[in-house]
Amino acid sequence: MVQPQLSSISIPQPRPPLLQIRDLQVYFPVYQGLILQRRTGWVKAVDGLTFDIQRGETLGLVGESGCGKSTTGRAILQLLRPTAGQVQFEDIELTTLTGEPLRQMRQRMQMIFQDPYASLNPRMTVGEIVAEPLEIFQIKSGSSKQARVQELLEVVGLNPGFVSRYPHEFSGGQRQRIVIARALAVNPDFVVCDEPIAALDVSIQAQVINLMQSLQEELGLTYLFIAHDLSVVRHISDRIAVMYLGKIVELADRVSLYETPLHPYTQALLSAIPIPDPAIEAQRQRIVLQGDVPSPTHPPSGCRFHTRCPFVMDRCRHEEPAFREVNSDQSSEHRSGHYVACHLVEEQ
Amino acid sequence: MTPPLTSPPSTAPLPTQRSEFRQFLRVLFRSPGAKIGGVILLVLITVALLAPVIAPFDPTAMGAGPILKPPSAAHWFGTDEFGRDLFSRIVYGSRLTLMIGVIAVCISMTAGVLIGMVAGYAGGWLEAVLMRAMDVLFSFTETLIALAAVAVLGPSLTNAMIAVGISSIPFYARVTYGAVLVEKNKEYFKAAQAVGAKPVRLIIRHLFPNILSPIIVIATVGVSVAVLSASALSFLGLGAQPPSPEWGAILAAGRDYFKRAPWITTFPGLAIAITVLGFNLLGDGLREALDPQQRRS
Repeated sequence: MVQPQLSSISIPQPRPPLLQIRDLQVYFPVYQGLILQRRTGWVKAVDGLTFDIQRGETLGLVGESGCGKSTTGRAILQLLRPTAGQVQFEDIELTTLTGEPLRQMRQRMQMIFQDPYASLNPRMTVGEIVAEPLEIFQIKSGSSKQARVQELLEVVGLNPGFVSRYPHEFSGGQRQRIVIARALAVNPDFVVCDEPIAALDVSIQAQVINLMQSLQEELGLTYLFIAHDLSVVRHISDRIAVMYLGKIVELADRVSLYETPLHPYTQALLSAIPIPDPAIEAQRQRIVLQGDVPSPTHPPSGCRFHTRCPFVMDRCRHEEPAFREVNSDQSSEHRSGHYVACHLVEEQ
Repeated sequence: MTPPLTSPPSTAPLPTQRSEFRQFLRVLFRSPGAKIGGVILLVLITVALLAPVIAPFDPTAMGAGPILKPPSAAHWFGTDEFGRDLFSRIVYGSRLTLMIGVIAVCISMTAGVLIGMVAGYAGGWLEAVLMRAMDVLFSFTETLIALAAVAVLGPSLTNAMIAVGISSIPFYARVTYGAVLVEKNKEYFKAAQAVGAKPVRLIIRHLFPNILSPIIVIATVGVSVAVLSASALSFLGLGAQPPSPEWGAILAAGRDYFKRAPWITTFPGLAIAITVLGFNLLGDGLREALDPQQRRS
């Protein structure tokens, strides 16, 4: 889908995705019994995800609590080893890497954690925290290391004079800036942002989001942005994937997803976004889902959403819908396809 | 709406940073218990260091005075069955007591922390083997292990220290192991892993500083336990040998004269009790002071 006029910059083909995730599965064993433990089942936290992450884009990953968003992020970074599936970073297969080669890859992929109160070592100063990646990969040492730490703090909008302070002396927003500075220290290509603003005050959220966006532009970062706040995801993402019970139900670019959501679950999620205008808000149609999210130990048969879907059909209970591309509209501005896993869409 | 990229500039000079250590001491000695404990230990250390200056007599010189005399102006704590000055003996004994306590704790702490950290960090079969071994040792009382160790090593002061040290290894290993399990699952540890830290760095830079507080606390209290155990060994004749002025040994020797000369057993007993109390009070104070929640206030 490369525009013809772009060929002057001599890109023969669309650039290959930065990350290719194929049929990613993360199962956690469930044990029973105190002494003689038997494995009685699996929690299927992530059950067969397939998607690409393009270089330089922000892929938003949304879903309810416990749907496997964070697990997906950690499995891609190999902080949790996937049960099955492939994660290909450029042409390097991450799932089979171990030890030193995997450690070296951490220079290229980093993570921003949800809770800036928990993700900073309370016994290290800010300077030590930000300098640590530089020391680990022996990128800089001595005075050039100190200079780089000061530079990083400045980049994330912190006073470089704070180097000898401890994390507990900072506010949540400032701590998250420290976390960002640490993640950027090694000049990564890819950053998993695991609900980076969920633990922050609303007034600080915008600052941190804007910081992350401007850093992305300056440094050409690729983000996997995990969140449950749909308006934030809409603001920052190029494409958005919606997860339900360990599976992606819909994946589309931002405009298509918000304007023409195809999966009933996405529709329900989007209908829950409040509108900051009382007149319109009063008329807003909300789709309220019945019941709770089923247990990932025993996911429903067929389509996993069938227990709560307002449009459930008999077919949904038996047959799992395929995750496939649909042509929602032909406008060329939508640079990537719209994927959905729903029988309703197929029947239309 | 263009929120500033930078946080509100706080280029004003930073408030002078109170040094970590001074702030820690301030919080520590806010509690009366820690104050008393600190004073006791300070006195004890001073006495131990200045023993030759303070003690009026040679602690092992027989016939420094008449035998079995009650406390008097010449012999503050009285004399024992050989006419040795009890005050001098107890003053010199403080050196032995402190040395035994500190060295025994160093032995058990080093071994215990190492075992606990390795087991907690490594997990798997190493964890199972190490911690089950600790459980087995833990199921015996410390004195029994110390007795067994002395039986193997032979009775002497050095061996008593080693024995007491060995006997509380499981205790330190357990506490360390528990702390490591907690810290290992905290986000900052995962963050360090995500950054690409190697195991040695993870253990030394991340785990160790964060599990240090509980270990310092139990080590302080542990000195008092070690003092007590060593005294008990000496009392049984398995630790310090006569004429060494170890408090437990003095106590044991005075037992035979308890009716005629109760001061021989009273004063070393009191000395042991006060020392143990001092370490316990300080340990409690440390426990409070090292708790970050309390420190912030």
